[in-house]
Amino acid sequence: MNNNYIFQNPATNRGWLGMLIGSLLIIFYILLYWFPTSIQWLISLTDPISLFIKGKVADQWFFYGFIYTIAILGMGIRMISKYRHNNYQKVRTISVMFFQTCFAFLIPELLARLNLPYQDFKNIFPLDYAFFFDYNIEKKIAAGTIGYFMLAWGVFLFVVGVPVMTYFFGKRWYCSWVCGCGGLAETVGDPFRQLSDKSLKAWKIERYSIYGILAFSLIMTGGVLYTFFTKESKLFGIIDTNFIRYIYGFLIGSIFAGVVGTGFYPLMGNRVWCRFGCPLAAYLGIVQRYKSRYRISVNAGQCISCGNCSTFCEMGIDVRAYAQKGQDIVRASCVGCGICSEVCPRGVLNLENISSK
Amino acid sequence: MKHIVIVGNGIAGITAARHIRKLSDYKITVISSESKYFFSRTALMYVYMGQMKYEHIKPYEDWFWEKNRIELKYDKVESINIQRKNLQLTKELLQYDKLILATGSNYNTLPNINPEIKGVQGLYHLQDLEKLEENTKNINKAVIVGGGLIGVELAEMLISRNIEVTFLIRENTFWGNVLPIEEANIVTQHLKKMGIGVLINTELKEIYTSINQRVVSILTSKEEKIACEFVGLTIGVSPNIDLVKNTSIESQKGILVNEYLETNEPDIYAIGDCVEHKNPLSGRKAIEQIWYSGKLMGETVAKSICGSPTKYKPDIFYNSAKFFEIEYQVYGKITQNLSANEQTFYWKNTENNKCLRINYEAESNSIIGIHALGIRLRQAICEKWIRDKCTIQYVLEHLEEANFNPEFSKPFINAMLEKYNQEYPENPILIKKKKSITNLISKIFN
Ligand SMILES: Cc1cc2nc3c(=O)[nH]c(=O)nc-3n(C[C@H](O)[C@H](O)[C@H](O)COP(=O)(O)OP(=O)(O)OC[C@H]3O[C@@H](n4cnc5c(N)ncnc54)[C@H](O)[C@@H]3O)c2cc1C
Ligand code: SF4
Repeated sequence: MNNNYIFQNPATNRGWLGMLIGSLLIIFYILLYWFPTSIQWLISLTDPISLFIKGKVADQWFFYGFIYTIAILGMGIRMISKYRHNNYQKVRTISVMFFQTCFAFLIPELLARLNLPYQDFKNIFPLDYAFFFDYNIEKKIAAGTIGYFMLAWGVFLFVVGVPVMTYFFGKRWYCSWVCGCGGLAETVGDPFRQLSDKSLKAWKIERYSIYGILAFSLIMTGGVLYTFFTKESKLFGIIDTNFIRYIYGFLIGSIFAGVVGTGFYPLMGNRVWCRFGCPLAAYLGIVQRYKSRYRISVNAGQCISCGNCSTFCEMGIDVRAYAQKGQDIVRASCVGCGICSEVCPRGVLNLENISSK
Repeated sequence: MKHIVIVGNGIAGITAARHIRKLSDYKITVISSESKYFFSRTALMYVYMGQMKYEHIKPYEDWFWEKNRIELKYDKVESINIQRKNLQLTKELLQYDKLILATGSNYNTLPNINPEIKGVQGLYHLQDLEKLEENTKNINKAVIVGGGLIGVELAEMLISRNIEVTFLIRENTFWGNVLPIEEANIVTQHLKKMGIGVLINTELKEIYTSINQRVVSILTSKEEKIACEFVGLTIGVSPNIDLVKNTSIESQKGILVNEYLETNEPDIYAIGDCVEHKNPLSGRKAIEQIWYSGKLMGETVAKSICGSPTKYKPDIFYNSAKFFEIEYQVYGKITQNLSANEQTFYWKNTENNKCLRINYEAESNSIIGIHALGIRLRQAICEKWIRDKCTIQYVLEHLEEANFNPEFSKPFINAMLEKYNQEYPENPILIKKKKSITNLISKIFN
């Protein structure tokens, strides 16, 4: 593994090529989300595959899911080859490739073919912010047993799955092993990880922004459920819950998670959404910070303050600040990608699930 | 309020400043002529290799110093007036109450080599890195003199730019005055695999230049002529004692200090690379030019200055390095040749890129040193074993506790224990075959 001349490469040092890639990604997302007819010719290219898998011609979401999966698989192979000496990297890359292909792409499309409600079984509320939307609940109720199972599974993941798994393994079990956004960040985004901001200021902004969005998502969902159960469209008689829902979907779901989340890879690194936006990451992070066996252990006094770990941390954690003090790293944002340990030239860092302390 | 002045903003000087700030309210000034802000010298290679930028190798953000009321001066100290307690900088005079000298090292040159020749240099300061950029622009061939830690880093830097490198090594093997022969062979072989020409038992005799004073080739002590456009001098570093040379502060190779890191002059201390200990602790060198020692001296001197006089007492020796892809760690005492009452147990893998050595006392069996190549060990555990004089059997039985390799790494311990049991069948060590998902996964991946 080496990252030689990554800061001289115009694609990976915020150079002209990076700007170009970023702009193209942003334009692509805007067209895909709001003007799909303008790229119908592109979307139609995936018709044969769509017909084969779900028996219908491709729509914009099939097209998106398909290229998203191809991107993760292709860049996943690059990732495996780049870090071929590190089994942790190989195992977790194969894991995200698997979850994307089967859980995010194939299973939902097959469900559609069987006329069952859509569900990505590994997506968890509140990242899956539409989980409690009326039409989703209604569709599932209408589908009978399997629909009820889907609802129960979603609630189970949120209430039991997240805290239990995070207690034992840290939030990495999700963010860098399972999640689709994480999967894209870890594969397509890997060449851009060094562009995340490590300053203390960025960390401050991060905390406001990510917990703010967590609160927003919970309030929005509360409102939506209130309307669902009471059939009252206005919360406290003033705020229209449909409107909050629309705003959330537009600002957070589309612009932040999609356009900014991916389009900004070459500008602010590959985890902009996960770090500043994702409400599920916020929830996982709280569990990780206060109740988890997971930490990055620091090997006593071995650190030479070189800065490789901080530079290549995609979440913008100043790992070195802890390592040079000999202090283990327990941070809400750490997604456990393990790259700090990989790039450290002195073997200072190791991801560990400590049994008891 | 007392004014503490520190000359040198390397790891030693900066650690002292930070700890004095933690312990006191004194006024602190740190002076350096190399850079305004502290940077990690050990990371210079990564800047050359484009893996990081200069800003990344600064361990603290620039606002840190003002916030902690540590004044930084980017200036050169020309001389010290010990009687008047002041320093002459290029344009001002600075008064001190206590002075800490942390002036670091300079790289060694060869007496028979003219330092004015273009394309000949060592690597220590930031300015050397800038010069290296100039000197290695568009060149194809380089010779590096001296096989040590900085030499191998320089080789890696040049190789990353596809410059052909030939190493001239005085000893039989790479770092032959430190590494036991087996480890040295592993490293030497690895260097060759990386495409480096290694000439052993060879020194630099002469450098030939073009009319404009640029290197064109060299002559080795074996009368071999090698064409090259660059000569890297990595034959070691020496304490930088320029500032004290013509003063009453005693120095030999380095600035002489006692256990409290005090020089012979009151209120003047010295720490880091520039120091020579008058009475080094047993098993330690008088001059120890390593990062970790500088850091520890900085912490120690801070305590002394802030009212609790503290002796410099390094714990179990440790160090680490990296030879291209192979990481290296040492704990305790491992010498190149065993002394009379020492025994060694050595294991290496078949691929020849991992090894572990444990040295122990012949009679008591208690371990005295551990060496690892390509394996990450847990420092706290290794040190505890050495401090507690654990036996080799105990250590091998508990080796898993010291394993700091990343999850799912290829297991090595059982192979090692099998070798031990073959060598010492009289009291074999029980080999545990663990079954767990993690082990299963790492098996699948190996
Ligand atoms: C390329 C390289 C790689 C290394 N890798 C490792 C490693 O992996 N592990 C390890 O343990 N060690 C390593 N070392 C050694 C380690 O860097 C040094 O031991 C350590 O930096 C010494 O720190 P110091 O604070 O004593 O001195 P320095 O870092 O040298 O700082 C001294 C400073 O004082 C300044 N100064 C001196 N005189 C004056 C003056 N009169 N006026 C103003 N300023 C002055 C100098 O310019 C310099 O900036 C490496 C060294 C190099 C060069
Ligand atoms: S990469 Fe390793 S040695 Fe370098 S700063 Fe980080 S922990 Fe320290």
